[in-house]
Amino acid sequence: MAAVQKVPLTRRGALIVLALAIATIVPVRSVRLQADRVSPAKAGHYGDADGTPRRHEDTKPSHQPGNDLRAFVPSWRFQTATAVEARRIVSIIPATTEMLFAMGAGDRLVAVGSYDRYPPDVEKLPRVGALLDPNVERILALKPDLVVLYGTQTDLRTQLERAGVPFYPYVHRGLPDVTGTIRSLGARVGVAAQANALADRIEQQLARIRARVARSPKPKTLLVFGREPGTLRGIDASGGVGFLHDMLETAGGVNVLADVKQQSVMMSSELVLTRAPEVIVELRYGRGDPVPRDDLKAWDALASVPAVKNRNILVLQGEEFVVPGPRVADATMKLAAVLHPLAFR
Amino acid sequence: MAIVVCTLAPLVGTTAISLSRAFDRTIAFADNVDAQVFFVARLPRVLAAVLVGGAFAVAGVVFQAFLRNPLASPDTLGVSSGATLGAVVVITFHLDTAFGGMSALPVASFAGSAGALGVVYLMSVARRRGTSSTVLLLGGVALSAFLGALNRLVQVIGDYTDVFRSMRWMMGSLDVGSYRDIVVPLVPMILALAAIATLPRVLDLVSLGEPAAESRGVDVRKAERVALVSASLLTGSAVSIGGPVPFVGIIVPHIVRLIVGADHRLVLPAALLFGGSFLVLCDLLARTAFGPAGMPVGAVTALIGGPFFLWLLFRKFR
Repeated sequence: MAAVQKVPLTRRGALIVLALAIATIVPVRSVRLQADRVSPAKAGHYGDADGTPRRHEDTKPSHQPGNDLRAFVPSWRFQTATAVEARRIVSIIPATTEMLFAMGAGDRLVAVGSYDRYPPDVEKLPRVGALLDPNVERILALKPDLVVLYGTQTDLRTQLERAGVPFYPYVHRGLPDVTGTIRSLGARVGVAAQANALADRIEQQLARIRARVARSPKPKTLLVFGREPGTLRGIDASGGVGFLHDMLETAGGVNVLADVKQQSVMMSSELVLTRAPEVIVELRYGRGDPVPRDDLKAWDALASVPAVKNRNILVLQGEEFVVPGPRVADATMKLAAVLHPLAFR
Repeated sequence: MAIVVCTLAPLVGTTAISLSRAFDRTIAFADNVDAQVFFVARLPRVLAAVLVGGAFAVAGVVFQAFLRNPLASPDTLGVSSGATLGAVVVITFHLDTAFGGMSALPVASFAGSAGALGVVYLMSVARRRGTSSTVLLLGGVALSAFLGALNRLVQVIGDYTDVFRSMRWMMGSLDVGSYRDIVVPLVPMILALAAIATLPRVLDLVSLGEPAAESRGVDVRKAERVALVSASLLTGSAVSIGGPVPFVGIIVPHIVRLIVGADHRLVLPAALLFGGSFLVLCDLLARTAFGPAGMPVGAVTALIGGPFFLWLLFRKFR
């Protein structure tokens, strides 16, 4: 300690300190990741109901680049990683419900959230509320062994903790987090192999889209996901963070709001005029959101915007555009196809 | 001051524009970004702010005088709750397919405020001589609470995207983007202002107390009906333009009275001008001071107005 104070930190000293710091951090992180990888295999000891051993699932190391994305997922997500595999799951988030179905764990769901609409099988399951109104009584009555909820639902978390029901807190962020969540949720539920395969498939699909648009010019795009019909009021657009922004960049567009570090930006007409997007993409996803032709005429008021002048206002319809679940790759593909019609002919 | 603010406000924004270019007739309007920023984005916004701010402030003056309660505001009688209910119903049940290029939202919020206004009118008709205006005030508070409960009920039915839109609407926004959204509500506004313009003397007397007013030959019942209906009409039209922008209707009347005194011949026009310019300034801040994404004007009004009002109060009483 005294020596450090006496000798001023030279460049070499600084390097040594840095190296030491890295040396201490790296093993900790790798241990954490290993623990996570091991847990489903451990779960495999208990076996499936049909007695199939699941140990082999995680022995195959994955070389997908996205695999290290787990490093970005905060550790508290894995707090329940040592638990046994889940057989009675309640998922109240559209994205995670889709993920569970896509990784082949749909038959383990005993209830879903009020807004979960995909796949159609969700219609057969009871609904137990959602972000703002989770019905704790009904959730507990179903005796779940895992509840997938939003990380921000602190009340629900406290109640579940008190009742001793394990939960998986979900956070909605960028596109890499989608596959990150699929992997960690799969590991938690006990279907790691399928989940990893699904995540790999999504990452490959996204990589293919990136490669396909790589050489096309990237249009300056405004990605709108909400607007008061018939007017230019209440325009909500994707800012420079979040999965919509990531999808847009992957699909070969340049987000005109990339510098605004918010997931959603309230657009004024002035902002549309000054950002001058070359393409405006409007996402529609509500229950039978009508798309009357007249509705797009509202944009005509901003005639100096290149997208308006060149009639480059595109409407994409589908819930997959706003649910950061396993359909993100398909949604990104559709977005890329409208942004680069030539590359996708 | 109002004139200065209104002339200068459109010139300021998140992006610098050149006025000479904006007014340059040789460039086609469709290609002139500066002109579009000025005429399409800023001017209607400033006009909307003037109208909404002025209307809320005048309505506040009238309500405070008639109900003889300093806490009365345009929302006290449930008028803006009614407007909010109309808007939330439209958003939640997806009734807002555009009619002829105009959103159904302002129409619905106006209809909602008209509904609440009807109840207020019935209350004031039913109010017999001798009942205190406090009864009317309480009735308004109850109506307001009832409508607020209906609002939440409707929102619970809605999808989360609808809830999000409803909340956005309730924060208020003056980015109208077209002159039609301003001109249509202007008609009831002018009618209401004309009616209120006949009242300053009555307001002076009524704020002294009903018996005092009656002894000077004022038909309080009739004046009250005219005043409440027109103030509610003003509120409803303002809400249909900008959403329920908070604070202006309750505090601006007090600020104005602190500055010009209690004479309603002065207070009414001053409230109209001050309310208008106050909201223009708040909106200016809302759209410039918080980065390109801006901030809802409703958040700024109280942020600026609150400390300003406290400062005025302290200065007055020191």
